[in-house]
Amino acid sequence: MAILRADFELPLRSFELKLALEVERTVALVGPSGAGKSSVLRSIAGLARPQGRIALDDEVWLDAATFRAPEERRVGLVFQEYALFPHLSVERNVAFGGKERVRELLERFRISHLSGARPGELSGGERQRVALARALARDPGVLLLDEPLAALDAHTKDAVRGELQHLLAELGLPTLIVTHDYEDAAALAETVGVLVEGQLRQLGSPAELVSQPADPFVASFTGANLLRGSVQLFDDGLTRVRLESGEIVYSTDEADGDVGVVVYPWDVSIGRVHADDSAMNLIRGEVTSISEVGNRVRVRVGPLTAEVTPASVERLGLARGGTAFASFKATGTRLVPLGARVSASPRTPPETGGRG
Amino acid sequence: MKRAFPGLLVAAAAAVALGFLVLPIAAIFLRVPLGHLLHQLTNPIVTDALVVSFKTTAIAQVLILVFGTPLAWLIASRRFRGRALMLTLVELPLVLPPAVAGIGLLAAFGRTGLLKTSIPFTQTAVVFAVAFVSSPLYVRQAVAAFEAVDPNLVAASRTLGAGPGRTFFRVVLPLARNGLAAGEALAFARGLGEFGATIMFAGSLQGVTQTLPLAIYSAFAITGGFDIALAMGALLVVISAVLLVFLKLVLSWRSSAPTSNFLFARSS
Repeated sequence: MAILRADFELPLRSFELKLALEVERTVALVGPSGAGKSSVLRSIAGLARPQGRIALDDEVWLDAATFRAPEERRVGLVFQEYALFPHLSVERNVAFGGKERVRELLERFRISHLSGARPGELSGGERQRVALARALARDPGVLLLDEPLAALDAHTKDAVRGELQHLLAELGLPTLIVTHDYEDAAALAETVGVLVEGQLRQLGSPAELVSQPADPFVASFTGANLLRGSVQLFDDGLTRVRLESGEIVYSTDEADGDVGVVVYPWDVSIGRVHADDSAMNLIRGEVTSISEVGNRVRVRVGPLTAEVTPASVERLGLARGGTAFASFKATGTRLVPLGARVSASPRTPPETGGRG
Repeated sequence: MKRAFPGLLVAAAAAVALGFLVLPIAAIFLRVPLGHLLHQLTNPIVTDALVVSFKTTAIAQVLILVFGTPLAWLIASRRFRGRALMLTLVELPLVLPPAVAGIGLLAAFGRTGLLKTSIPFTQTAVVFAVAFVSSPLYVRQAVAAFEAVDPNLVAASRTLGAGPGRTFFRVVLPLARNGLAAGEALAFARGLGEFGATIMFAGSLQGVTQTLPLAIYSAFAITGGFDIALAMGALLVVISAVLLVFLKLVLSWRSSAPTSNFLFARSS
């Protein structure tokens, strides 16, 4: 498996972008708009010229003596608005990246029937598939995705998120995603970095960011727990989801297939004993971390993080290594579809970057 | 009635203005019978001028495209110190009186000028004069057309493995095509009508440097030449009208975001 290593500095309008990053599987950078996220991708693609070093394995793209032009770096960059060539058909857009695999890619992304169409005639989801096919036609060593879900409407977004996740797993390429939406980042990437004003505040797994945020900004920005599971059945207004860890939880959201179960830490309560309340989702687990964030405390219980007051930590006598029960309401449990089989999902609009 | 008064005034003023603009052009066609006008077109003065005009204008336009396009691309795609100054220098010939252009060309390329060449009063001099006065129209419009190309498309092309050259020919040029054609049509029309700089720098020698506008001027001064001048005038009216219609069509075909259509309004 190839590794992309980037360690560089780039002066931007009002601050300096400073980043050291290793990308082996999928890494997502989240941050508010204007944090320098796109500049990270532009630097790696060779569209901006920072100071530092960028290399894919032992292939150096940038250092003090080297600057490889974008066409000499094996990157597949998918632009936020896709940047499809408006004067070329779908087929010729894809062939622009490389002619050998055009037919295969058109089929793989289910756009063969659109091969003669111009980008202006396509829907948002179709455009994204064309952009991905075009980027992959070049046979890149690294995939860079700029806000891959931002240009899509809420319904398309749910389907595409799942497709994208499967695609990235299948490709096995070092992939760097930038997004302003923490839930998208957590759903797509194994490692998430929080970028604020050009500085990487924290880098870790989505669960780490929620349970042990480095500072209050990260805490507010990376709000939610995201647990993976799959829907078992939908009955009487409740969706039953079997988590990957084996537990069963219920949500009032309707969904199908693979889902991310989203729960905010402040919606999770902690107890030492079984609450015996059938209206609540209940997960028993080991307390693996307790960290203070401002005047609150984040406690990790099994796969979940709860945000509670210091007083209740004391009252419950919580300590690392102990056992506790985390409970949360089915109504406070949102389902983010990750699978391709998606039905209507009546969910509230995702909370995004604004909360920083 | 009182209320209608300003409306009538506006309509009357508009009619005067329109009539004033149309009358001289209509007069060219109305003064002598059309058959007589067409007959005059076979006069050697006319055919010679037509050949000189088209030859010199065509060569000048090729030069403008070959040298002006890279200049426009440079100004449009790079941000460098002195860029605004460079754009102003390019545009300056647009607002210069043609006589100044003529004297300037003589001062630069004249026998006793800066470069001491033997160009003045040759057909090359006509090409120079035409290129000098008409290229700013093309370069200006080309800069606007290139600036209208989404920089992300250029960036996308580069990351897809196309170098700067391939990106220019496969992405930038096709997208800027209509704007460039419009600029070229403007430059062509301006070149065809060039008079002042040409007569000073190239003279008015029939069959060598005498273009249509120069031939009109010399024909109307000789006895019986007025009808010949009229015939050439009619010819230029038709050519100019065709260029204008072409220009308007090109501007309305434009599928990408419009750039500055700074000289002509759209027809629709």
